[in-house]
Amino acid sequence: MADPEIKSYAPHHESQSAAVTESRPAKAVLMIVTFAFLGIFLLLPLIVVFNEAFAKGLGAYTEALTNPDTRSAIHLTLLVAAISVPLNVVFGISAAWAIAKFEFKGKAFLTTLIDLPFSVSPVISGLVYVLLFGAQGLLGAWLKAHGIVILFAVPGIVLATIFVTFPFVARELIPLMQEQGNGDEEAALSLGANGWQAFWYVTLPNVKWGLLYGVLLCNARAMGEFGAVSVVSGHIRGLTNTMPLHVEILYNEYNAAAAFAVASLLAGLALVTLVLKTLLEMRYGAEIAATRGH
Amino acid sequence: MEVRVANVRKEFERFPALHDVSLDIKSGELIALLGPSGSGKTTLLRLIAGLERPTRGKIFFGEEDASQKSIQERNVGFVFQHYALFRHMTVADNIGFGLKVRHGPTRPSAQEIRRRASELLDLVQLSGLEKRYPAQLSGGQRQRVALARAMAIEPAVLLLDEPFGALDAQVRRELRRWLRDIHDATGHTTVFVTHDQEEALELADRVVVMSQGRIEQVGTADEIYDTPNSPFVYGFIGESSSLPVKVEDGQVWIADRPIGLSATQAPQGEATLFFRPHDVELVDECNGCIAGTVAASRRVAGTRRVELEIGGERQRVEIELPVDHPAAQKSRVAFRPRRWKLFPAA
Repeated sequence: MADPEIKSYAPHHESQSAAVTESRPAKAVLMIVTFAFLGIFLLLPLIVVFNEAFAKGLGAYTEALTNPDTRSAIHLTLLVAAISVPLNVVFGISAAWAIAKFEFKGKAFLTTLIDLPFSVSPVISGLVYVLLFGAQGLLGAWLKAHGIVILFAVPGIVLATIFVTFPFVARELIPLMQEQGNGDEEAALSLGANGWQAFWYVTLPNVKWGLLYGVLLCNARAMGEFGAVSVVSGHIRGLTNTMPLHVEILYNEYNAAAAFAVASLLAGLALVTLVLKTLLEMRYGAEIAATRGH
Repeated sequence: MEVRVANVRKEFERFPALHDVSLDIKSGELIALLGPSGSGKTTLLRLIAGLERPTRGKIFFGEEDASQKSIQERNVGFVFQHYALFRHMTVADNIGFGLKVRHGPTRPSAQEIRRRASELLDLVQLSGLEKRYPAQLSGGQRQRVALARAMAIEPAVLLLDEPFGALDAQVRRELRRWLRDIHDATGHTTVFVTHDQEEALELADRVVVMSQGRIEQVGTADEIYDTPNSPFVYGFIGESSSLPVKVEDGQVWIADRPIGLSATQAPQGEATLFFRPHDVELVDECNGCIAGTVAASRRVAGTRRVELEIGGERQRVEIELPVDHPAAQKSRVAFRPRRWKLFPAA
């Protein structure tokens, strides 16, 4: 039963003893390896993307981005993210709440199920939707009879995206909520709060940074998803092409400059996500430490 | 508010945590639930709060049956073991939380909530810390904020789970006195859980000693200490020594020797003799006494503790002697307990 104060003020990384500190050359080697690896596999490709995008000048770049098909792809990508991310926030919070705060049968199964999208190849998840909703699929005939179009249209793309991005929010929240336990909620209830108030005033603020990370990652993946969406979209230009699909089409048509121009937008999204995350950490670092600490 | 626990049983997944517990708590009383871990004391506290529902039995607040009421309806102030302060809220917001979540006309204005919060901060002697966050407080300060928060809702009963459990000894003693003062000033009916007997005996009007899901004894500190009603209470509260004895012809015997204690009321047969190590009388002439060889002798603060081996079975008991007593130098010591109690051997 350690004093929580001591715990929360103890610096985590500076407490290493001399015994577990590496020697100078070992440190240098480790750092060189890490930076070289990151440089070659992450930074270099990023530079190439932007380099290629602007290879034919700024004019070609803006022209590629203002092309109607490209604009439609951007529009569709934003729409899909705008639908799937909020839904996954709701699903993620519910699932994390259920798993972290309740005891019930099949909990382990549910936890495994949440990880399923990570372990299944996205192409397979796309194919599942084809088997379900396709013309020859299980529900195909019924859907056709009722005039509902899912496959090769926006609903199919949204479904596939939700499937693939489902774990991000839940996975971020489950360990956090488990660690925090029920104590704060019990305190809120004992003070007269109803369930909704306890959630809104206590649970949500306690997990808000985790939730935000989850949303950022979820959003990045929702916009960048290729495999599953590729299977269900049908690649109809100007209609069902998301940005990643559009990049591929342009590239296959030997329109490298345009392909990389669109790719640079996606890469830019990744950078914005990172910068946002870093800024939040800098701005609210103390508060994040306080809510994640003790 | 009077609280009555009537024949309450609580099972967790078929495992009983409390067996048929009954307890009357008087209005304005400060009562301690004392017991080792696993004795069910925290479960009882959570049942009173409404954080758990009893498997059987009822809990009354005054004349009203509160068993089926939710924790919100019971209006209890609960101080959690690790305080459960809302870490993203300032001290003032923490204290005002219970008022802020009220509905309709019972909800005070924001200004009134602020005023109440700073009033309570004065009461717990933390004026000026309104704007701090829980992470910026010491353990003792967090404890006080948790208590102020619980008192803000003007609870019918104040319930504290190991209120000083996470604090160091020095702060513990200070807060103990302070809690007693607060209780006397506000007059809340208060129940607190502790495993520290010193805390329970010093602080509480009455102590409820619990073991293995049952109440062993309820009484004032004096009653509990001077007249323990079971071997468990004798062993758990304070120091105690015990010896296996036999009761025959109204006398207490060790092996084939009477030890000079008459037990006309006790049933015949095997029994266990309990006494306090310090509450013994040394005798020179062993004409009916307990005699043993000194096996070990230790100096403990102001007294000397002597461990004796008694009889052929070499049963060990401890007695306490004044530091400068000549008997401590001898190899054989004879004594007779002044106050003692017999319990039939289990």
